[in-house]
Amino acid sequence: MTANVTIRIQEADFDIGREISALTNGRTDVGAVVSFSGICRGVEGSEAIAALTLEHYPEMAEAEIARHAETAMSRWPLTGVTVIHRVGRITPGENIVLVLTASQHRQAAFQAAEFLMDYLKANAPFWKREEKPTGTSWVDARHHDDDAAARWTKS
Amino acid sequence: MKVKYFAWVRERIGKAEETVEPPDSVRTVDDLIAWLAKRGEAYGHAFETPKVIRAAIDHAHVKPDTMIAGAREIAFFPPMTGG
Repeated sequence: MTANVTIRIQEADFDIGREISALTNGRTDVGAVVSFSGICRGVEGSEAIAALTLEHYPEMAEAEIARHAETAMSRWPLTGVTVIHRVGRITPGENIVLVLTASQHRQAAFQAAEFLMDYLKANAPFWKREEKPTGTSWVDARHHDDDAAARWTKS
Repeated sequence: MKVKYFAWVRERIGKAEETVEPPDSVRTVDDLIAWLAKRGEAYGHAFETPKVIRAAIDHAHVKPDTMIAGAREIAFFPPMTGG
C-alpha cells in the first residue's frame, strides 16, 4: 500500500484521535503510530504567558515540511506521516503542532517523529511572538534546537 | 525581484514585501543585505546584525554567499521558532 502523507497549516485546532485513525483505518500493515503534540505553555521561566501568536511564510512552510516528510519516508519504512502546524493566536493549553508517524514497527516511527520535530523546530519558517504582562516580544531561537536538527545529518 | 520580510525583520522595516532592482554589483545574498541596509534607518535597524538574518530564495533556505541571479523571490527573516 502507498504511504499516507498529510501536511496542513491551519488556524483551527486538530483532533489527535481522528488524525491517528486516518493513518490506520482500512489498512492492516500498521504496527505502530507515534504521536507528538507541541502545546502552548502558560509560563516561560518565571514569566507568565497570556498567548503565543505564530507567523509563517506560507509557500515555504508547506514546501519545507513536505521536503522533510519525503526525507523521513526515504530514511525509514513508514506507512504514513501527518504534520499539522497551527498559526495565529494560541493560548496556554492549546495545541500548536502535531507530528504522527506510522510504521510496521515502533523504532522507525519513534525515530522519524523525532527527526521531523527536530527539523521543524530549526528549519520550518514559523515565528512565535509571546504576550507577557510586560508586553509582547519575539521568541529567541534556541541553539539546542539547531544542535538537535544537526545530529540527524551526522553519520 | 520580489523581497519578503518576516517576524521582527518585517516589523522593523514596516512592510511585508516589496519589489527591488539592485544594481549588477549586488551578486550574493550578503551583498543584497548590505545594499538593503543602506536604504534607510528602518532597514539599517532590521539588518544591523547580518549574521543572525536567515534567507530563502524561491522558498528554499540559502547561505549568505549564494548568488541571487535568477531569483524570483528572496525572503529575509530571523532564526525560526516554530514547532
